[in-house]
Amino acid sequence: MNIIVCLKQVPDTESQIKIASDGKSIVTDDIKWVMNPYDEFGVEEALRLKEKHGGEVTVVGLGPKRVTESIRTALAMGADKGILISDDALEGSDSLANAKAIASAIRDLDYDLIFTGQRGVDDDLGVVGATIAELLDIPQLSLIVKVEVADDGKSVKVERPIEGETLVIESTLPALITAQKGLNEPRYASLPGIMKAKKKPLEEKTIADLGLDSAEFGEGARKLKIVELTPPPERAAGKIVEGETPQEKATELARLLHEEAKVL
Amino acid sequence: MAQGVWTIAEQREGEIRKITYEIVSEGRRLADALGQELTVILLGSNIKEKAAELGQYGADRVVVGDDPRLEPYTTDAYVSVISQLVKTDDPQILILGASVQGKDLSGRLAARLDVAMAQDCTIFAIEDGNLVATRPIYAGKAYAKVTFENSVPQMASARPKVMAISEPDPSRSAEVVDASFTLEDGDLKTKVVEVAKDESGKIDLTEADKIVSGGRGMKGPENYNILEELADLIGASVGASRAAVDAGWRPHTDQVGQTGKVVSPNLYIACGISGAIQHLAGMGTSKVIVAINKDEDAPIFQKADYGVVGDLFDVVPALTEEVKKYL
Repeated sequence: MNIIVCLKQVPDTESQIKIASDGKSIVTDDIKWVMNPYDEFGVEEALRLKEKHGGEVTVVGLGPKRVTESIRTALAMGADKGILISDDALEGSDSLANAKAIASAIRDLDYDLIFTGQRGVDDDLGVVGATIAELLDIPQLSLIVKVEVADDGKSVKVERPIEGETLVIESTLPALITAQKGLNEPRYASLPGIMKAKKKPLEEKTIADLGLDSAEFGEGARKLKIVELTPPPERAAGKIVEGETPQEKATELARLLHEEAKVL
Repeated sequence: MAQGVWTIAEQREGEIRKITYEIVSEGRRLADALGQELTVILLGSNIKEKAAELGQYGADRVVVGDDPRLEPYTTDAYVSVISQLVKTDDPQILILGASVQGKDLSGRLAARLDVAMAQDCTIFAIEDGNLVATRPIYAGKAYAKVTFENSVPQMASARPKVMAISEPDPSRSAEVVDASFTLEDGDLKTKVVEVAKDESGKIDLTEADKIVSGGRGMKGPENYNILEELADLIGASVGASRAAVDAGWRPHTDQVGQTGKVVSPNLYIACGISGAIQHLAGMGTSKVIVAINKDEDAPIFQKADYGVVGDLFDVVPALTEEVKKYL
């Protein structure tokens, strides 16, 4: 069974986000870039399925050259080969355009399953997976925490937690799955894994290589325009609840929640 | 020219979900700002009787798609039907709820319609006759104001529990019409084979009105019972920080934060949570935040409306007793 995992690089979740002087982007100087955590679940799940069913895992990343590091991380974890879609024309593209580039890179590959993260923890849009699935005309299974591929490799059964319930969904293959937290615990790359990853094939593709027109990409082609970025609304300074003992503090807190905040 | 505001209702087993009232109320406000009609799309099986009620929340027209293949929700069936309706009627604005179902539906529907999609928005406005949406990004570490370019319908989803539900007006009613669509069985490639109910009856964190959350300071899974007791009493759901989930103390579905759930309850009580930036990002839109922590320098106190410096193992049980006065 051949599996494709799409990944993007995002600021580490511990990063402070500062808005740049243009008011539309963030300051990237001090950012530590990491593989999107939800994509990491996708890589891990693909490797587990490969260990069980055989086949190959191909990692497809999109973005500037630094994304190579994250692809190498996935290769070190055990993926077989990588593709980096990188082109200056992609700078500033929206999710719709990025998904078109990724779908074009995948279209001619041999695959049974595609994984993406359920969303990037940067723009939090969560539309790339669905768009790739639409462009490839395959079913999507989003926000998934459990994956079981049938022994004949023709169908998949997955679990999606929704509010108060868990849905068990069956789908034909090929299909695209977006990974949700809880799917697995990603492994760390081993030292031999890291050494081996250096020799694994990593192909780079431009927009032209994919047979696409660069006019469809970049800031100018965005359908979702960012007018401005602002810091989160400030919260008014809170108060420290007074009291000599824990009991006194609890009494005062309950009173404040009832009388002042009116939430009890 | 594209006309009208549309919202997509969410129902489960014939019961309208709360998020539906939120987006219908918001849809009414947007339709009024534009001077246009509000249409609600309601899909399911034997759900027509639920349609009229939506008029009281502001719908001018409810388009009902009634078909056994529309219950339970599947991406394939919903996307197929809604995209047909959109292509026929050409609405200007399309609003969904950013529930799990809404997130699944919105991405695929946007792709089918080849339009942009603004997910999980907290503010909608009309400026110069167009939808302007504000949405948290980086899990709320920044807010982006976005508009749509060559992208009709202007499509967005609303974060649950953020948009105010209007008082239902019994004098209002909606015109109920049957949706016209075709659905090929061959297009339906996914099937819901089982629905496992969460027997605990716990309200999902994203829908909870109150949340009591515990972090590393809980010291172990066995101590969460003190949070459960408080939560049961005040009708709250119990959440957890990433540290507690990664330690295996609580299930993944309980995690609040950038790689967990983003929540907006009326009351969020953080117990033994230091307030790592990734956690703050997930609960920063809560209306009232309480922090209980031993460490007076914990960053959580900077976000809290009420901070209690003290040992949660003393303060929480005392609080559980004290709140009884007000119930």
